[in-house]
Amino acid sequence: MASGGETVLAPARAGRRALHVATGALLVVLLAALWLLPGWVPYFYVFVATRILLMGLFAASFNLIFGYGGMLSFGHAAFFGAGAYTSALVLLHFGWPLVAVIVAATIVAALLAWVIGAFCVRLDEVYFAMLTLAFGMMVYAVVHQWRSLTNGSDGIAGFPLGRFGLGLDLQLADPAVYYRVVLVVVALAAVVLHRITRSPFGLLLTAIRQNAERVSFCGVNVRRHRLIAFVIAGAFAGLAGALFAPFNRVANPDMVHWTQSAQPVLMTILGGTGYFLGPFFGAAIFVLLETWITTYTERWMLFLGVVLAVLVIFFRRGIFGTIVDGLARRR
Amino acid sequence: MQGILAALLNSLEIGLLLFVIAVGLNIVFGVLNVINFAHGGLYMLGAYFTYALVSYAGLPFWPALVLAPLAVALLSILLERIVLQRVYGRDVSDSLLVTFALLLVIDDAVQIVWGSGIHVVAPPPSLRGTVEVFGITYPLYSFFVMGAALAAMLALWLFFARTRAGRIVRAAAIDRRMAEGIGINVPRVVTGVFALGAWMAGAAGVVAAPMRAIAPGMGDRIIIDAFIVVVIGGLGSFPGTLLGALVLGAIYGFGGRYLPQVNLVLPYLGMALVLLLRPRGLLARRAA
Repeated sequence: MASGGETVLAPARAGRRALHVATGALLVVLLAALWLLPGWVPYFYVFVATRILLMGLFAASFNLIFGYGGMLSFGHAAFFGAGAYTSALVLLHFGWPLVAVIVAATIVAALLAWVIGAFCVRLDEVYFAMLTLAFGMMVYAVVHQWRSLTNGSDGIAGFPLGRFGLGLDLQLADPAVYYRVVLVVVALAAVVLHRITRSPFGLLLTAIRQNAERVSFCGVNVRRHRLIAFVIAGAFAGLAGALFAPFNRVANPDMVHWTQSAQPVLMTILGGTGYFLGPFFGAAIFVLLETWITTYTERWMLFLGVVLAVLVIFFRRGIFGTIVDGLARRR
Repeated sequence: MQGILAALLNSLEIGLLLFVIAVGLNIVFGVLNVINFAHGGLYMLGAYFTYALVSYAGLPFWPALVLAPLAVALLSILLERIVLQRVYGRDVSDSLLVTFALLLVIDDAVQIVWGSGIHVVAPPPSLRGTVEVFGITYPLYSFFVMGAALAAMLALWLFFARTRAGRIVRAAAIDRRMAEGIGINVPRVVTGVFALGAWMAGAAGVVAAPMRAIAPGMGDRIIIDAFIVVVIGGLGSFPGTLLGALVLGAIYGFGGRYLPQVNLVLPYLGMALVLLLRPRGLLARRAA
């Protein structure tokens, strides 16, 4: 039996390595194709692709706490919105280069996540879900009511988009250029996020999801690890928001509303929580469906709700996850 | 002095109505171990059904008060049987996600049927006008709201404390497997409790309809309020829910009058404060 296990294991390991190489090659080809995208698709799809990338990063940051950490947040838009508003405000009042803007926005979002997270990670999952929704709506209320800073329900528009910084002379007003900037930043951020999920910290996070009690018995401060994950996720959501505001040309309260928090949840479930690329895949489906369906009807949340329920009940691994698992089984 | 009294009445009115909504949420949580994100949507449906019965069907308010919550409860039975039952026994996040999906569906369905405008239902003729109490004039309908909420509270307490069905529900909440072992049909109890919670949300929606604007989004606001109530009071605690509702009612009643520039943020500050001092709520059942 034991020797039989050995012979089965060796080809499996070789197969997995081949799969990794294939995945890596596929990703390189995909990134190259995405870089060249503005050259061969209609202009409209450059906007769609920018949106997919930014929402993908937003969803991937959410999946760090949900898919890996097991914390279902319904208030993740608070950090996306914090990034967007910081970006809009800094551009409006200080006119910093974009690089500095996104760094500042990421820091602000991380700090906000630290404050909110400190309350939310203390209790169990049910409390976590309720508290994240409530605190998310608190940020919404603040944005609505602090008119002198945020301009209330009108939002902040008309901020200039100047230099990129780092000595690069980029025409950010050109959607194709902005798209490529977004592509590079999102790709780098995705690499960092991926490294985090594979780091000892990321493995510990997964272990906490599987059995928090047991991990705490091993001497790990569960609450602190959850908080760190929450802050990291908030920071990356803020980064996505920071790049989204100049793209959207306005930062408004809709970006902080709970329906905005629903989006990364839906995208992640759509793509699959178990795979790092699932949320990006889900974001692509989500945005494309949105683009397509909203030309027919304004009310597409109904459709999304039905899709979400069906996926949770029948395809809990998401579309990407189901496909990948299907392929793995065929091998 | 009169200002304080008016704020107090206002607080009581908001607090008691919130109690009816939050206690439904809490009862469902107690038995199903699910926080129903669509609970606010059911409250909203109660208000919209009232609008439909009163303005399309031309019924008076009183039959609507009976029919609309019943319709919400029947709908919730379908939702529980078709959707929710499939995720029992799975990860907690699955049931949260499914009720969240229901929230999205209800929110949008309401806008498809009734549009995104604001609708109004008039109070019944017998409850129009105002009354004088201690030198202030206050709408008669508000006293009806308080009375109805108090009646609901009493009925609920009698049900759980004095009736056989109430004891069965409590048994199922305390130990599901044991309840099954002594011959209780727990799945039916679960469906019944979900319908009861939905009925209360729907009834609150009907009662709220004549005094609040019926508009999309009314369910979202109320579910956040209900969450704040159970966080302040303690999840799973009946007296805690009442205390939390009255505290939040006071925050709205007094905050709206004396601190209008920050009144939207005050409930969250109150919640944060309670979380800092008593993480499981003021009257938590379990020790922290």
